[in-house]
Order: sequence, then structure tokens, then C-alpha cells
Amino acid sequence: MARIIAGVSSSHVPAIGAAIDLGKTEEPYWKRVFSGFEKSKEWMAKTKPDVAIVVYNDHASAFSVEMIPTFALGCAAEFPPADEGWGPRPVPVVKGHPRLASHIAQSVILDEFDLTIANKMEVDHGLTVPMNLLFGQPKEWPCPVIPLAVNVVMYPPPTGHRCFMLGKAIRKAVESYPEDLKVVIFGTGGMSHQISGPRAGLINSKFDKAFLDNLSRDPKKLIRIPHIQYMREAGAEGIEMVMWLIMRGALDEKVDEVYRFYTVPASNTAVGHIILENKRRAAGKAKKTPAHGGKR
Amino acid sequence: MTRAPHDYDDIPGTFVFDAERSREGYHLNMFCMSLMKAENRKAFKEDEAKYLDRFPLTPEQRDAVLNRQYNKILELGGNIYFASKLGATDGHSFQHLAAVMTGSTQEDYAKMMLAGGRSIEGNRSKSGGSRRSKRSKSGKKRG
Repeated sequence: MARIIAGVSSSHVPAIGAAIDLGKTEEPYWKRVFSGFEKSKEWMAKTKPDVAIVVYNDHASAFSVEMIPTFALGCAAEFPPADEGWGPRPVPVVKGHPRLASHIAQSVILDEFDLTIANKMEVDHGLTVPMNLLFGQPKEWPCPVIPLAVNVVMYPPPTGHRCFMLGKAIRKAVESYPEDLKVVIFGTGGMSHQISGPRAGLINSKFDKAFLDNLSRDPKKLIRIPHIQYMREAGAEGIEMVMWLIMRGALDEKVDEVYRFYTVPASNTAVGHIILENKRRAAGKAKKTPAHGGKR
Repeated sequence: MTRAPHDYDDIPGTFVFDAERSREGYHLNMFCMSLMKAENRKAFKEDEAKYLDRFPLTPEQRDAVLNRQYNKILELGGNIYFASKLGATDGHSFQHLAAVMTGSTQEDYAKMMLAGGRSIEGNRSKSGGSRRSKRSKSGKKRG
């Protein structure tokens, strides 16, 4: 059967994508950010997932205000990079896994999660920046990707609890897929940031660090955080962190924290990143990289 | 028209893009979305007022766009990810827009971010400090 072996969370700041695309990753400002993902890329290269499920949000690229699906699962064979106003990012076309994706859709809908199915969808920096951070800049992405777009642009996004429960349903769906596949799930966006209005620039590192701690050890403490608390404490756009709870819901209750990184700022945003592994890993698979290689 | 009251109205300096603003700002956001296309950017730059005639904006929304009043755009139903397409059409970065919205220069804004960003202390609530969370009491003033 297919199994979810690990979860990865990462911020998705567009300026990180621009820094990659414009070759600025060695500049001191950006090196501080990118150096935090070196161990993660090693971990990913050793883990070699067969499929990645990437929970992310679209930023007025694939979805305008014409249609605002709360959860949209990408079931297409491929997802081209969107033109976000500066031409599409020079990253490979994202190849999907339509069979597993449609299996997940069928399973979670019957589990009462009323997903939208996206059979044609472009993907923006919300998806491709975390992929760059974990996979580097390959000519082709090393594994197929199932995008799960979550509305966090129009209030209200789905609740943290709903996200966590969807994660559980996705796990159940993956585990009922007959083929032997190693799956890694990404939760993306966040951490604290506000990019709109007179309060723009807000950062709350204490909130972020507590969130990372609880995500790792005690996610139940996070799932009832009301939206007002995210917006007040972590900024209007910090509410993206509910997406991390889909990732967490898809993992075991107890996980191994393999790696963590946190830095302020990347452009307007606090960058947070964590790798969590399920304990039940198949024997002989990738060894763990040292814990807490990054700044905490 | 008066908006219905919400708990998040108490967050200072913040216009939450909720379902009501999404409805009021539909054409405003669709105008911004149209700027994703090069031909539309060109037409807009050639004659902004004429281009805006294509969209049934309210007079206030129209003025806010023409005068690049970003906070007003947000208040009248614009969303930041859409409004940033207007900024990009003017050749401005996201950080430039953020600085404008905060009434700061881009240089000062960038310095504030490098120093750790805008502090949460004093920025939680319009109604005062009663909503401070316990774990943030020792937070030092920054920015």
C-alpha cells in the first residue's frame, strides 16, 4: 500500500522565488534564508519520495475572484507554472499523479470532505517556491506532485480543525491505495506576516516558535486556534498557517522532528520550516539527518 | 453602506478581505486581474481613465485606483494579491507597496523588517492591551 512517511512545512515568499530566478541566492541577505534549507535538500534527496502532496495556496493566479474553492485537489497530468505578471517562473512543469489524486478525491469526498476537483490548473509561487527549497533547481522535478489548493485569500479560510481532519482523511485515502508508494506531504505558507494595510510588516516570532513546538509535539493545541487569533497575533496573512495543519493531520500523533529552521525576514515574512517523520518507517530506508541543524 | 461588525474589526491597521468585501470589490479585483495580460497593461498605461471604463467600479473605487490609494483600495474591497498586480504594472515591488500602505519609505520599511519586523506589542488591538496573550508579555519592542 501507499504510505505517508513524512511531512514538510515551509514558507513560500514570492521574493524567495525571485531570488532563485535572478541568481541572488549567494547574496548575504538571501544566503541566510537558503542556507537553512541545505540539510532539508539532503534529507529530501535521501528520502526520495515517490509522490509529494503539496498543500498550498494560490495568489490570484489560477483562481481569481470568479471562483474561490475552499479545497481544490489537482488531478491533472501536469500543472504549468502560472504567469504571475512577470512571465511564468522558469521552473519545470509540475507533473501530477492523476491516479492517486483521483483515488484521494474519491476517498475524502466519501469521508465528507467536499473537495473541488481541478483537472486543469496552473500553479504559482505558492507551490513552486517550497518545491525549490526542498528539491533545489532540477531540470525536472524528481517526483510527481498532487497539488491541494486551499483558500486562505478570502476570509474565512477553512478552520484549523477542518484542515487537520482533512489531513487524516488524506492519510486514510493514501493508505487504501494498493500500489507501494512513499508519499511526503507538504504544508506551506506562513509564518507570521502581514503584507496589507497600515500594520504591514508585522512579525511575531514568539507565536511562530510556539506554533512550531506544538506542531511537532502537541498539534491538538493548535487545531482549535480561532482565525481571529492567527490574524491578530501572526498578521492578516499569517492565517496561511492553517495549511500546515493538513500536513500534520496526515501524520502519526507522535512524530520525530528531523529538522527545523526559522529566520526573519524574507522580504515581508518570517520564514519557518520543519520536517517531521512518522516513526513507522520501512526498514533500510533513508537514515535520519541530525536533528535541529537550523537556527531555532 | 455600513459593514456588519466583526471580531476582527478590532485588529489595528488591517482590512480583512472577507466575503462582504469580496462581493463589493468583485469588479475592482477583476480589473486588477486583467493586468496580468501585457496588452491590458499597455492599454491601461496609455489611458487609465478610459481603461477603467471597462469595469463597473464605484466612483470611490475608481478614484482610489487612479490615485494609487492602496489602503483605500483594500477598504473598498480590493485584495492585496490583486492590488499588487496594479503595483507591478507601475513597476513596484511588493515591499514598495507595503511601505506605501504603512506610510513609510521603502528604505525605512526594509530596515524595520531587517530589525525583526513590526512588533506585535501595541499592535494587537484597537481597544487596548486587554487582549495580550500570556506568552508575549516579555516581547521586546522592535522596529
